[in-house]
Amino acid sequence: MKQNMPISFIKFFLLFLIYMDIGCAGVWNSPHLASKSSEAVLFNPFSISPKHLDPVVSYSANEWEIISQIYEPPLQYNYLKRPYTLEPLTLKKMPDIRYYDRSGREVDSDSRNIAFSEYTLNIREDVRYQNHPAFVKTSEGELFYGALDEQSLLEVTSPADFSKQATRQLGAEDYAYAIKRMAVRQYHSPILDSMAEYIVGLKSFSEKITEIAKETKKTGEKLDLRQYSIEGVKVIDPYTLSIKLKGKYPQFLYWLSMNFFAPIPWEVDLFYQQKGLIQKNLTLNWYPVGTGPYMLVENNPNRQIRLMQNPNYHDDFFPALTPEEAEQSTLPKELLQEQGKKLPFIKEVVYSLEKESIPFWNKFLQGYYDASGVSSEAFDQAVKVSSSGDMGLSQSMKDRGISLASAIEPSVYYTAFNMVDPVVGGYSQSAKKLRQAISIAQREEEYISIFLNERGIAAQGPIPPGIFGYEEGEEGTNKVIFEWKNGKQIRKPIEVAKKLLAEAGYPNGISKKTGKQLTLYYDTTATGPDDRALLDWRRKQFAKLGIQLVIRASDYNRFQDKVRRGKAQIFSWGWNADYPDPENFLFLLYGGNASVKTNGAGINSSNYQNPKFDRLFEKMKTMENTPERLEIIRQMLKILQEDAPWVWGIHPKSLGLYHAWYHNVYPHAMAMNTLKYKRIDAQLRYQKQQEWNQPIFYPILLVLAGVVLIGYLLYRAYQNRQRAVIKGDQ
Amino acid sequence: MLAYIIRRILYAIPILIGVNLITFMLFFMVNTPDDMARSQLGAKQVTPEMIEAWKAEKGYDKPLFVNTEAKGVGMVTDTLFVQESMKLFTFEFGFSDNNRDIGNDIRERMGPSLAIALPTFLIGLVTNISLALLLVLFRGSVLDTGMMVVAVMIMSISGLFYIIAGQVLFSKIWHWVPISGFENGWEGAKFLILPIMIGVFAGIGSGVRWYRSIFLEEINKDYIRTARAKGLSEIRVLFGHVMQNGMLPILTGVVVVIPTLFMGSLIMESFFGIPGLGSYTIDAIHAQDFAIVKAMVFLGSVLYIVGLILTDISYTLFDPRVKLG
Repeated sequence: MKQNMPISFIKFFLLFLIYMDIGCAGVWNSPHLASKSSEAVLFNPFSISPKHLDPVVSYSANEWEIISQIYEPPLQYNYLKRPYTLEPLTLKKMPDIRYYDRSGREVDSDSRNIAFSEYTLNIREDVRYQNHPAFVKTSEGELFYGALDEQSLLEVTSPADFSKQATRQLGAEDYAYAIKRMAVRQYHSPILDSMAEYIVGLKSFSEKITEIAKETKKTGEKLDLRQYSIEGVKVIDPYTLSIKLKGKYPQFLYWLSMNFFAPIPWEVDLFYQQKGLIQKNLTLNWYPVGTGPYMLVENNPNRQIRLMQNPNYHDDFFPALTPEEAEQSTLPKELLQEQGKKLPFIKEVVYSLEKESIPFWNKFLQGYYDASGVSSEAFDQAVKVSSSGDMGLSQSMKDRGISLASAIEPSVYYTAFNMVDPVVGGYSQSAKKLRQAISIAQREEEYISIFLNERGIAAQGPIPPGIFGYEEGEEGTNKVIFEWKNGKQIRKPIEVAKKLLAEAGYPNGISKKTGKQLTLYYDTTATGPDDRALLDWRRKQFAKLGIQLVIRASDYNRFQDKVRRGKAQIFSWGWNADYPDPENFLFLLYGGNASVKTNGAGINSSNYQNPKFDRLFEKMKTMENTPERLEIIRQMLKILQEDAPWVWGIHPKSLGLYHAWYHNVYPHAMAMNTLKYKRIDAQLRYQKQQEWNQPIFYPILLVLAGVVLIGYLLYRAYQNRQRAVIKGDQ
Repeated sequence: MLAYIIRRILYAIPILIGVNLITFMLFFMVNTPDDMARSQLGAKQVTPEMIEAWKAEKGYDKPLFVNTEAKGVGMVTDTLFVQESMKLFTFEFGFSDNNRDIGNDIRERMGPSLAIALPTFLIGLVTNISLALLLVLFRGSVLDTGMMVVAVMIMSISGLFYIIAGQVLFSKIWHWVPISGFENGWEGAKFLILPIMIGVFAGIGSGVRWYRSIFLEEINKDYIRTARAKGLSEIRVLFGHVMQNGMLPILTGVVVVIPTLFMGSLIMESFFGIPGLGSYTIDAIHAQDFAIVKAMVFLGSVLYIVGLILTDISYTLFDPRVKLG
């Protein structure tokens, strides 16, 4: 037995080496199939499962990241042009807009008598839907799969499991159908109430169709919207749709680039209303059907979502610039070289659930994800900030060929004063000076440096960069808070804030009326241990003025409730642009939207109401982007800066890291359907993955040797023990 | 025994009603239906009409426990509590707030949870019992003392550390296994190795200490001395006698957890990207999705009760003196 042991071990060792040799041919730690890594497949993570993929409901960035590749609203943003520019997507040309007065007579776009606007949409005739069982019809034109029973669904787990699939052309009726779906209250469209203010007849249609939907739910019938119509939405011919709006609303064009206005074929709506499919989670909410460059082939929101190229996708080409534009352009060369090429480039997209940032970051470094954001934990490893505040990649990232793309987001995060609060609110000189003093004392630049790793810029007003009305330099400087010195915005010294505070009636933070220290209340949802540093910092900013800040922490529900009812005194909030128009930011301070005034429904959470500002807003909101509009915006910003209803806070900066094989990245804050422009060099990715992830063998040998040694020692110890027992017995 | 099981099942009904009642009270104490609607609608501007429509659609427009507008029994039965509880007792979990069939989701997620939990449980059990017996074999030796120190150290360190350290060592540095992910079938085996290994390792400290103490109680009993006197080897004494007699207290703690293995592990599944049930309840609490919360609490209670009944039954298998009546 003793003589055989080394031979067995040698045999085992040789077998092990053979296995290792086989193993060398590939990598062991790849989370993807080897075949996919070497193809034009994009690997993306998602950390929060999408809740809705139904375009009428979906309103979250993580959901739009997926459905924007599948659905095609009439318009899209040009990928390369800045400022953000709309262009036709499924339309032959930009909508034809006509204006009418109350009597129905056509008037000019700048007329004061505009009562209605009519948008005429001419739809392309070469657009077809992805293949789907809903489009399969009987000879009578009925849905072939329109009455599925339990038996026929036994083997079905996705729409791809149906043996028959078909497609059909996109038509104007599909866009009208989508607007009708938006009107059904039971579908919970987040923009129904906003659109009902503009689209003629939408409100009354919604009331009617909601009642009908209630009845059909009770009786178990399907809700077929084809038989109903909205007064302001007309299908003129199979490829022409007209939408009539109340008044003038230029921002409507932006809405037409959003998924809420994506086409819904009636066949798909009726198909997905079948009970058996609903019970299998096969609904329009989970299996979208569109005309876009990709189609959803797998949807497990708890693990993986997979998109494949839509074989029926219409002609679509990488945007081209005119020779003059190209000459003036600072675009990367690789983007200019792609001009005119047929889209999309990527064959498949795999979104995998990654709830934790550490495994995701490590997989990105291993080359198993193609792009990554920069989390706080990975910031120091990825990014180097120079003494002047400029950001660059760390050496380890450069060595891997990773590139960095950054962009200021069209968002604003601010600290609001409740303008109906008796202490910080109001429009008296003393109230204004108190708010101005606090605004100066809040060193947002320090906040950006400490808590955001320089990822952001201090806001001068509500309008972020990239949006019409935002101005750089001295012209765009908030002169109440900052000074323009040596070509830079410099925050006014704390002494200025103290002086303002004294003038407001609180010298050194002591109230002249009561003789007591001024105490203010900050409402927040930041209740975790990680938020402590931030809250301490905030207290410190107020303490510089001698003001005591009391933190009132509560859960998000209570916090929202307080803000809605005007019970919060000071609080922080934020806003992301829906569309690149100043109206979408300035309406946050329009008196008509004041939260308290609208029973909590308004978007103006600080309850700011200045008649002069409101008048200017009403004038500005329907204007084109002209110098006249810019002048009005300047006046509005000046009023806001004087009144200081917000501490203007920050505009965040997003950072993205991209591997060398990921091409055509050009951050666009408004467009979500940009996947079709991206390109993957799969060969380079495969090569790098092999290079970076070869398994290391020696620990296996050490472990095996350790196990053998320990086993041997234990065996010896046991033998000795047994011998000792026998000796003891003797 | 059948009578005993039926009795236990009947006892379970008031327990489940109580659990359900507490779940309803706690959830609605923190979240009102209006809050839930706002959270689910996710719109920037939520109007009262939107909230009312959402509540009507989901059935949250009914009163919670008492319907003052109804008459007679309807005052109690036409309430959210009774309507929803009745469905739970027929295992009809309904739809989540994002319109997914909860029963279907639970069925889909149970598999991945079990793929991690079952091997971890079985390998962990065998490993811990074997190591405990080994320590009992070498009781009082340096090995025994040393292993006890190591066991205390393993227990003292957070499980999260083992997960991150395991991912860094085995995947990032040595490139042996994927950091995280999941696939169905045999292709998915490579994703399970690391979480199972870490799960087993993290449980060694407490498991070995507990089983060791159980076996040490047995090792000096008369029947063991008799077995040794008969000339049995120490290994046969341990595996043939000590282990068998030590199984009864082990069963108490082990069998009860078997049904709950379906429920998965929150941290393990989150870090390893396992699409199981581990985070289902927590995610639902964050999303204020009461339909999932009540279904999962109910299912957890049912499984725990099943575990207790199975424990009782298993006693009769290992100890003939135990009779269920």
